[in-house]
Amino acid sequence: MKKAGRRKGKVVIPGFGITMGITVSMLSILILIPLASVMAYSFKMSPFEFVKLITKPGVVNAFATSIGCAFVAAVINAVFGVMIAWVLVRYDFFGKRFIDGIIELPFALPTAVAGITLTKMYSDNGFLGKALERIGIKAAYTKIGIIIAMVFIGIPFVVRAIQPVLEKLPKSCEEAGLMLGASRAVIFRKIIFPEIMPPLLTGFGLALARGIGEYGSVIYISGNSEKNKTQVVSYIIMQKLNSGNVDYEGAAAIALILLIISFIMLFAINIVQHVASKRTSA
Amino acid sequence: MYVEMKGICKKFGNYEAAKNISFDIEKGKLVALLGPSGSGKTTILRILAGLETQDEGDVIIEGKVINDIPASKRGIGFVFQNYALFRYMTVYDNIAFGLKVQKMSKEKVHERVMEMISLIGLCGLEKRYPDQLSGGQRQRVAFARAIAPNPQLLLLDEPFAAIDAKVRKELRSWLKEMIRKVGITSIFVTHDQEEAVEVADDIIIINEGNLEQMGTPSEIYKHPETPFVANFIGTSIVLSDLSGFKGFEEIEKGKKVIVRPEFVEAFKSDNKKFHDLIPAAEEGVIEKIEFRGSYLEVTLKVGDVRLVTNRSLERRSISVGEKMYVLLHRIYVFDEGTAQRYKNSLLKDVDIELM
Amino acid sequence: MKRSREKIVKWLLIGITVIFLLFMLVLPMVEVIYRALKDGLETYKTALTAKNTLSALRVTLIATVIALTVNTILGIIMAWQVTKFDFKGKNILSTLIDIPFSISPVIAGLAFIMTFGRSGWAKPVIDGINNALGTDIVLVFSVPAVVLATIFVTFPFISREIIPILHAQGRTEEEAAALMGASGMTIFRKVTFPHIKWGLVYGMILCTARAFGEFGAVYAVSKARGKTFTLPLEVDALYMSGTADSITQAFAVSSLLVGMAVIVLILKNIVEYRGKSKKSV
Repeated sequence: MKKAGRRKGKVVIPGFGITMGITVSMLSILILIPLASVMAYSFKMSPFEFVKLITKPGVVNAFATSIGCAFVAAVINAVFGVMIAWVLVRYDFFGKRFIDGIIELPFALPTAVAGITLTKMYSDNGFLGKALERIGIKAAYTKIGIIIAMVFIGIPFVVRAIQPVLEKLPKSCEEAGLMLGASRAVIFRKIIFPEIMPPLLTGFGLALARGIGEYGSVIYISGNSEKNKTQVVSYIIMQKLNSGNVDYEGAAAIALILLIISFIMLFAINIVQHVASKRTSA
Repeated sequence: MYVEMKGICKKFGNYEAAKNISFDIEKGKLVALLGPSGSGKTTILRILAGLETQDEGDVIIEGKVINDIPASKRGIGFVFQNYALFRYMTVYDNIAFGLKVQKMSKEKVHERVMEMISLIGLCGLEKRYPDQLSGGQRQRVAFARAIAPNPQLLLLDEPFAAIDAKVRKELRSWLKEMIRKVGITSIFVTHDQEEAVEVADDIIIINEGNLEQMGTPSEIYKHPETPFVANFIGTSIVLSDLSGFKGFEEIEKGKKVIVRPEFVEAFKSDNKKFHDLIPAAEEGVIEKIEFRGSYLEVTLKVGDVRLVTNRSLERRSISVGEKMYVLLHRIYVFDEGTAQRYKNSLLKDVDIELM
Repeated sequence: MKRSREKIVKWLLIGITVIFLLFMLVLPMVEVIYRALKDGLETYKTALTAKNTLSALRVTLIATVIALTVNTILGIIMAWQVTKFDFKGKNILSTLIDIPFSISPVIAGLAFIMTFGRSGWAKPVIDGINNALGTDIVLVFSVPAVVLATIFVTFPFISREIIPILHAQGRTEEEAAALMGASGMTIFRKVTFPHIKWGLVYGMILCTARAFGEFGAVYAVSKARGKTFTLPLEVDALYMSGTADSITQAFAVSSLLVGMAVIVLILKNIVEYRGKSKKSV
C-alpha cells in the first residue's frame, strides 16, 4: 500500500491499497457477480426465445403497468413534493416538526405492511374504499391502487431532494424579482423553479425508479390480475421463481430488461446532476 | 424634496431597528446611510424599498405617500448585498428580467440590455452565467439589472461588502461615475466611513435606530453633532481628563473629550517652525511608531495620557523613546449630547488652519 | 389586500400538505393499529407470541444485525476510498456502489438464486468450500441467503450518508495527520471519525429500517415459514391465508413493525437535530 502512495506521488494518506481491495472485492461478490449471473442466465435463451418471451402480452402489459403507474405516481409526487417542501421550508405552523419527522415513514415502514394496510383501506370494505366507491371510483385491485401504493413509497424522494435546496436559496433572490416588478407567480416560475428543477428531476427519477421496481407495497393492492392488466413486472418475475412453474431463464430475461431500465434511469439522474452543477459553478 | 421618510418606526420583537427616523433627499443626490452593523440602516433601506413594512411613519416619493404600494410596484431599483443574481439565467437574461416583466417588446428589451451591457463594460460576456463571473463583474451586472427598467430611485445595500479590498476601491469610483452618468437618485448602505466619505454627496449617520446626523462629508467631519458621530467619523481618542494640558484649563474634569490625530502636533525641540508654540505645548515621549504606508502613526505619552498623531514621511526621522513637544491645538467637547469645538486658549492669535 | 391573499395561499398550501400527508402517511399507521387490536388484546398477544412470529422475529434480528455490521464497516471503507484518494474509474465505482438503490429488490433475490442456487454457477464453489471445511452452508432458501439479500439491498445506505460529508471536509486534515506520522487507523479514529459520526449514525438508522423491512429480495430467497421467514414475510403469509383471523394476526405482526418504524423515525429525527445543531456551533 505504500507503493501505491509513492507511485501516485502526492498521496500521503495511508490505506489506499487495502480499502481499494476491500471495496472492489466486496462490491464484486455482493453486487456485481450476482447481477452478472442474471445477465448470464438470460443469455442462456436464444435471442429468438428472448424476444418471444418479453413480447408476450402479459409481459408487455406488466411493463406498461409498472412504468405507466410509476410515472403517474412520480408526477403526483413531484407536484405534492414541491408543495410539501415549500410548506416545510417557508411556513411556520403548529405540527410542522411532526410533519417533517414523518416524511420518511415510507422508508422506515416495511413495504409489505404498507401494502396490506393500503389494500384494506382502499378495498370496498375499507373506509376510504367505501368513500371512493360512492363517487364511482374503484381503487383497490385496479391501477389506481397501484398508483396509490407507488405514491406512498415515493413521497420522501422529491421532498427530501428539494428541501435543502429551498433552504439554501437566499430570500434576496425573490426580493430581487419583486424589486424588478415581477408578480409572485412570475417569481416562482422564473426564479425559484429553475433552482429546484435539478433536485426535482433527481427526486422524480428516484421515485420513478423505485416505483418501476416496487414489489412489496404494490402486490396486495394491485390484485395481480392479468386480465385487468394489474400485474407489475416484479410480480411476473416473482411468479416465475415460485415453485410449481419455476422458470429461471424467463425471470432472468425480464429482470435484465428491468435492470437496463434502472441503469438508464441512474445514468439520466447522474447527467441531470452533472449539468446542473456545471451550470452553476465556474 | 424627492424622497422623504417621515417618523419611521420599526420594531422586530424587542429590537428597535428604527426609532422615529425622518430625512429627505434631493433629486439626483447620491446619499450614504452610514452606521455600524446592526444599527438599523439596512432596515431603513428595505422599508424605503417596500421589502419591509414600517410600524409607523410615511414613505413619500415625489410628494406621494407610497406606504401601501407593494415593492413590485414602487419602481425602485435595488442592488442586494450578495447581488442576488439569478443563477440559472445568463447575464443577458438577468438584465432583461425587469424589462420582460413589463411586457416590453423583444426588440426593445434587446436594445436596452445591450445598452446596459456596454454601459457596464461587459460586452461579450452576456451569455455567461453569474457563477462564471468575478465578484466585481457580478456587481456590475446587479447594477445594470437594477437600473435597466429605468427606476427613479436606486437603492444599494452594502454594495461593496462582498468584494475584496483591492477591487473595492476601483469599483467605488466606477459606481460613483456610473450613477453620475445615469443621473439617478441613489441611496446606499455602508458601514465603512471611508467608503461613505469617498462616494456620497450626503451622509446620513444611523446608530441604534436613531438618525444621528445628516450632512455633506466635510460638514459631518468638521461639525459632528453627537459624540457618536465624532467618534465614528475619522479616528479618534476619547479622553475624560485634560486637566494637565495647557490651554484647556477651562474644560471641566469628567467631560467627554475627543481628540483626533489631526489635532495633535508633535515636533522636536529644535524645530524652528514651531518654536514660538512651545509655551502652549507639553513634553511627551514617543511610545510607538507604526508605518501606515504613506505616513507614520505615532503614539506619544504625555503624563498619563496617550495621544496619537500622524507624521509625514518627509519630516525628520524619529525613534521610540525620543522626547518631543506635543501640541494639542483643538478638541471636541461633548456636553449633554451636543458637540463643541474647543481651541487651545494659548493659541488664540495663531491660525491653526495654516499650520 | 396583497397580504391577505398571500395568507390565503399560505394556509391553502399548508392545508393541502397536511391533508395529503394525513391520508397518505398517518391514516395507514392508524389503520394498522386499529386492525391489529380489532379482536381484542388477547388475540393480539396470541398473534405476537405464535411460534412462527417468534421465529420470524429471530431471523429478522439476525439479518438486520449482520447486514448493519457488514454495511457499516464496508460503508466506511468505501466512503474513505472514494473521497480520500484519486484513481481512475472513481466515478464508475461510486455509481456501482449505488446500484442496489435503484434496482428492483426482486432482482436482488433473483440474482442470488442465479448465483448460488441449484443451477447457479457458484454452486460448485460453495460445495467445494463446504466439502473442504466440512460445513453445510447453503446460500439459497436459507437464513444465510436472507442475510445476503438483506446486505444487498442495504449496501449503499451508509456510504451514501458519509461520502458527502467527507467530500465537504476535504483531505487536508488527514494529510496533515499522515505527515505527522499517524497510521491509517489512528487518522481514521482521531481525525475522520469525529466528522462523520452523525452521518454514520444516520446511515445506520436508515440501513436498519430497510433491513428489517425488506420484502421483495428476501421473499425470493426464503421459502420456509417458521424457519427462514422474516417478519414481513410472516405478515405476508398470514395475510395471504385469507381468513379473518389470520388477517388480524397479520396486522398484529405489522403493528410490531410499525412500532420499529416509529422508533427509527424518532431516532432519525434526534440524530438529524443533533447533527444540525452541532454544525451550527
